[in-house]
Amino acid sequence: MRTGQAELLDAGWGQQPGRPVLEVRDLSVCYRAKRGNVLAVDDVSFDLARGEFLGIVGESGCGKSTLLFGIAQLLSPPAEITGGSVRFEGANLIDLTESQLASLRWKKLSLVMQSAMNALNPVKTIGAQFTDAMRAHGVTARQEIADRSAEVLRMVGIDPEHLRSYPHQLSGGMRQRSMIAMALLFTPDLVIMDEPTSALDVVAQRSLMVQIKELQQQLGFAVIFVTHDMSLVSHFSDRLMVMYAGQVAELGATREVFDNPRHPYSSGLLEAFPSIRGPKVDLTGIPGSPPDLARPPEGCLFAPRCPMVTDQCRQRPVELVSVDGVQVRCILAGNGVTRGD
Amino acid sequence: MAMIFEAAAAQSAGQLPGSTEPGSGGNASQAIGRMWKAIRSNGKALAGAILLAIFTLLAIFPWAIAKDNPSAEIYKASLGPSTAHLFGTTSYGQDLFAQAVWGTRETLIIAVVSGVLSTFLSVIMGLAAGYLGGAWDSVLNFITDVLLVVPTFPLLIIIVAYLPKVGVPGLILVLVVTGYSYGARQLRAQTLSVRSRDYLEAARVRGERRFYVIMVEIIPSMTSLIVATFLGTAVYNVLAAAGLQFLGFGDPSSVSWGTMLYWAENNEALQTGQYLWAIVPGALIALLGAAFVLVNYAFDEISNPALARVPLSRGRRLNPVTNPISIYRRLSANRSS
Amino acid sequence: MTDLSQVAGQPLLRTDGLTRHFRIGGGLQRKSLHAVDDVSLAIGDREIVALAGESGSGKSTIARLLARIYQPTSGEIYFQGKPLSSVRSRADELRYRSDVPMVFQDPFGSINPVFRVSHGVLRSLKLHRPELSAAERAAEARRVFEIVGLSPAAEVLNRYPHELSGGQRQRVGFAQALAMRPKLILADEPVSMLDVSIRIGLLNLMKQLRDEQGVSILYITHDIASARYVADRLIVMYAGQIAESGPVEDVLAAPRHPYTQLLLSAVPDPKAELTLDAADRGEPPRVINPLPGCRFRFRCPLAMTDCHNQTPKLLELSPGHDAACLVAQSGAEVKAF
Repeated sequence: MRTGQAELLDAGWGQQPGRPVLEVRDLSVCYRAKRGNVLAVDDVSFDLARGEFLGIVGESGCGKSTLLFGIAQLLSPPAEITGGSVRFEGANLIDLTESQLASLRWKKLSLVMQSAMNALNPVKTIGAQFTDAMRAHGVTARQEIADRSAEVLRMVGIDPEHLRSYPHQLSGGMRQRSMIAMALLFTPDLVIMDEPTSALDVVAQRSLMVQIKELQQQLGFAVIFVTHDMSLVSHFSDRLMVMYAGQVAELGATREVFDNPRHPYSSGLLEAFPSIRGPKVDLTGIPGSPPDLARPPEGCLFAPRCPMVTDQCRQRPVELVSVDGVQVRCILAGNGVTRGD
Repeated sequence: MAMIFEAAAAQSAGQLPGSTEPGSGGNASQAIGRMWKAIRSNGKALAGAILLAIFTLLAIFPWAIAKDNPSAEIYKASLGPSTAHLFGTTSYGQDLFAQAVWGTRETLIIAVVSGVLSTFLSVIMGLAAGYLGGAWDSVLNFITDVLLVVPTFPLLIIIVAYLPKVGVPGLILVLVVTGYSYGARQLRAQTLSVRSRDYLEAARVRGERRFYVIMVEIIPSMTSLIVATFLGTAVYNVLAAAGLQFLGFGDPSSVSWGTMLYWAENNEALQTGQYLWAIVPGALIALLGAAFVLVNYAFDEISNPALARVPLSRGRRLNPVTNPISIYRRLSANRSS
Repeated sequence: MTDLSQVAGQPLLRTDGLTRHFRIGGGLQRKSLHAVDDVSLAIGDREIVALAGESGSGKSTIARLLARIYQPTSGEIYFQGKPLSSVRSRADELRYRSDVPMVFQDPFGSINPVFRVSHGVLRSLKLHRPELSAAERAAEARRVFEIVGLSPAAEVLNRYPHELSGGQRQRVGFAQALAMRPKLILADEPVSMLDVSIRIGLLNLMKQLRDEQGVSILYITHDIASARYVADRLIVMYAGQIAESGPVEDVLAAPRHPYTQLLLSAVPDPKAELTLDAADRGEPPRVINPLPGCRFRFRCPLAMTDCHNQTPKLLELSPGHDAACLVAQSGAEVKAF
């Protein structure tokens, strides 16, 4: 047992069945900028059960990527966590030292980045990079490394022959799959994915999503999947979190959020996808742009763009309320904001 | 694998909301304003700028500081430093202090004029090669590469040895031709990276001629790189010119720091105990070079935002990850534990 | 195939066997990348034609061929009946460029960050409508900015690109195109890099330009749903060739080419049931030195022997609806995906 792990056990870390694998409470991340401090993530809280698939949806600037980095403890100045806790299997990641975090990373918690092209070392073969990863986490036996590398590649549908390939010899889809394979080397309990399919074409995208879902059901890891494309996660996620301007706008079971969006932003976002089947309708999208977080408006952050805004909305910041099992940040939610209103 | 976390951390650092593309935004006058602000805020650059200002003043108004005629051999020879002669006199009875002050003008002229001309040539050769591509690139680049590879100082010596008395203009010409190549390569590389930007293609598609695209669309966005090239070339030229003059090329009867060194060497100043005669011009040359280099620090930060210092908040509460390099180190350190 | 020369009289733009190959590989290897092969399409007045396909399909290459960034390897482009190869003089070229401008994909890269956003519009006006005075140019710039929804135009014109959002920058791109009083706008994935909620605004703008300004648009995209929303006709490309084309509702309701069916099945539709059987990996073809035969045959569940030997031609299967598939052309029902 390595030092880091011993310390972690002391700190209360452990896999207790029934306990959520991730508990985020009131997490806030702030960017210090000359123009003013920007609260990129504002008081975000959620639980993630073992094996659950959570989709986080939002547009550029909503804070979803910052939230991911905050959870994974990868923020650099000028960004920093200014409040809240991130409990991973009991231990608060924010309080852990680098060596403790290092022993958790890759083994219990891994990360799949947005564009695989940047993360893969172009001058090393895929196999060499897998070897690096395994050696860095204590596995040194060559046979073990070779076997496991081949195994994870097969899991994502790539011929283990490609362990000898360089990244540029693989297509975008294959590179992304090998990133996912690398994330699964130690069968982690939680895999965080930041828009892993956005660089792919639609057929490859769908194929990869299906693969991810299959692996998840097979191996039982929890997934946090960040994307700007709501329709992409609609079939795959158990719960959906819609973020706007650094805050949670809506959080609930996926089907519930889709069929019955309670926040005007969620319903606006859903409306913004033209469909390929059914009648052709004129859509309007959501006019305007997200607020400047260095100078946020007084009341609800969505008020300047909201089609249902009232005077009350502009007066005070809005809290999250629970409506029928869904958390919504809208004072009109209790009255039922449904699509088409 | 470590690269993944590096990339993640670098991405998070770069995602400063509301930030703009590095080194872009604003036309030439805005760029100058930004440059001035960068100089002001950087201690090293400010020191360099002050030094340059002092030297410029000395070059323009030497009579205000040094009352003597630097060439006049009217004093007692080889005196040590005193209140009458701050640095003493030469073997010929010239006041060293006057020589140092008046010599600033010629040295600075050489540095600035050759720097400007060299940068001009670098821009033309580098930008044209990078943007026009094809045969243009091959030919222009070939010329530049040859001049880059040839050892410049010996080349300078050979050229100057074959030319008749060249004086300062000749010196400048030779320095420019041999010294432009490094800057040209840098500008070509930068042009190549900018060349595929959509806005240049958009300019061509709306019907602009290629010459226009180079002059109007590309150059303004490279202002800080061009200024940095100038500063680098100026340093090189100061040292090269001084070296050539020390060897006796140029016009030994003119007054400049390099010629002072020449005469000091000819009269065996160090061996005869007239240390200041050799040290003063050498120190001044070094100071001028250092001034250019210091100012250049400000431009490094503009063109490479990774070097920009980020204000850290006081009293950080929790355990933030600081920068990708240390993450990588920590992750690699894992292997030994 | 639908006889293109008869489409509503003279089509605005027509290509005939348009082909573009790129030489790749080192000096001794003569490998040829077939980016576009034998494409014959037509665009009429006041219509939006969507050119859909994945990466490697050749759609962006076609845009660049039509914008005269590339020259065709073979085949011809006819604009208003006249072949582009006859456009030689500067005046003719400028006229074509003003009739057929292009809007680019990347809102952050397609405008020069160094100038105000008025720069591009004013330059377009200066180049293509030289009869206007400076005051008239400024008024015209304001007019087109208002048309694309950038209001108040005078104020927005004075801003720098980094002060505008992505959606606003794309509108600037359309304004620049409008200023030239175009007949056909080539829009290369104009909304792919924008946030989802902003896309609809731009798509509505394109519809408005068609209806109110009488402009045709070639809308290049990989997103079939947006193609359906905005286009009158749809052309689906695969591996450099046209797979299927026709009125957008016809093609989507009854796709005759297996590739079209594959694309449609892959589009995420929240209302449809999930089928976990994505057998096709979405590996795009690289068309290097291709052999004859249908290029989709490696992925097609319906491929027969003929498909491996015979390259299918684009044939009309129902009025206005063409498909290049031997199975479909043989009259059999195509249910591939």
